[in-house]
Amino acid sequence: MLNAYLENTLVYNAEACNGCAKCVEVCPHAVFEMDGRKAVLARPTACMECGACQLNCITGAIAVESGVGCAAAMIRAALTGQKEATCDCA
Amino acid sequence: MIELSTIPSAPRVTATTSRLTASNRRDHFLARIGYRRGDHRLEPGLYALGAPSPESPVFVTANYTLSFDALRSALDGVDAYILVLDTKGINVWCAAGKGTFGTDEIVARLHATGLKNVVSHRKLILPQLGAPGVAAHEVKRRTGFWVEYGPVRAEDLPEYLKTHKATPEMRTARFTLRDRLVLIPIEVKGALLPTLAAALVLYFVGGPLASLAALTAVLAGTVLFPLLLPWIPTSNFSTKGYLLGLLAALPFAAASFLRHPDWAWWQQLLQALQFLLAMPAVTAFLALNFTGATTFTSRSGVKREMFAYIPAMAWTFGLGILLAIASIFVL
Repeated sequence: MLNAYLENTLVYNAEACNGCAKCVEVCPHAVFEMDGRKAVLARPTACMECGACQLNCITGAIAVESGVGCAAAMIRAALTGQKEATCDCA
Repeated sequence: MIELSTIPSAPRVTATTSRLTASNRRDHFLARIGYRRGDHRLEPGLYALGAPSPESPVFVTANYTLSFDALRSALDGVDAYILVLDTKGINVWCAAGKGTFGTDEIVARLHATGLKNVVSHRKLILPQLGAPGVAAHEVKRRTGFWVEYGPVRAEDLPEYLKTHKATPEMRTARFTLRDRLVLIPIEVKGALLPTLAAALVLYFVGGPLASLAALTAVLAGTVLFPLLLPWIPTSNFSTKGYLLGLLAALPFAAASFLRHPDWAWWQQLLQALQFLLAMPAVTAFLALNFTGATTFTSRSGVKREMFAYIPAMAWTFGLGILLAIASIFVL
């Protein structure tokens, strides 16, 4: 059976890591862990693409196509011709 | 002569407490049932909790009453400043996703409130879930304020404040039974009008059983699904929804056989199939729409799931309705 959530857009370049551990701090799903002075991808499939790690990574070692993981928002965007789905559960 | 604009005006600080009143609780209840969802907000700005001094910590939150109240009630006995951002009445995590709980708003709010003249230190404690909208190093560069990400949940703050270190448990977003339960009223409310309209039409066109089937499929998707989510087998929301919808349709399929013993087998089957095709499609669609309410689905995963299953939902639903129309003529 297909699991749609096993792959995601998170890309991590360990060489650019300066060991600040901000990614470990901001990730709500413990995707990153520190291994000595470098962050490592401990649980990459748990990533929900919120974008917190990328935004708080000062060396730009992390890239992720962040956005809302919400079918209702994407359907609404498709129906109204919006480019980007946004949370509108006001 | 002193230019008027160079005199720092005394920052406006509003007093608040950790105590939640009956009126607060009523407001929380109304927010949870989705009554005027955009109106549960407070004035952005600087608030004083207890009797803060210039050394007291500064916490940052959203101008959604549920966010602000969760923070201040968790800080019982703590003297602190609370910087409320203008997130348009949206909670911290969702606002961070939109960017309204974000770097620019923090910078603007720091200037507007004159916080640097109120406290002697240069540290802000943010909820961890504000991080998708905030670049800590950018805030530091633009304002001199150091951003510290506290725990995910305000209730962990007392423990966190002892060491200013969050445990992995405090850093993780959960989705507990209680978290899911409080979402049910909003799910029901969202589906209410179209469901009642459909049930009414079905009552006159297809009879009470068809009307009840519509209500059941929607309740399965909006009430049972959030409740049972982690225990329903398979990984995708659509397949979980299909399974649950199929279970909900079984009694209706059984009724098709039991209520008309005089019918030929194919007539009974024709009616049973209507329920078995149309109902799970509705429940699966509602289940898929619940992804946005969860704390863990990724955009690329949801997108993949939409492309994989929405066509199947449309086909099975359409076929079920088609059979229902056909059966008007042959049953």
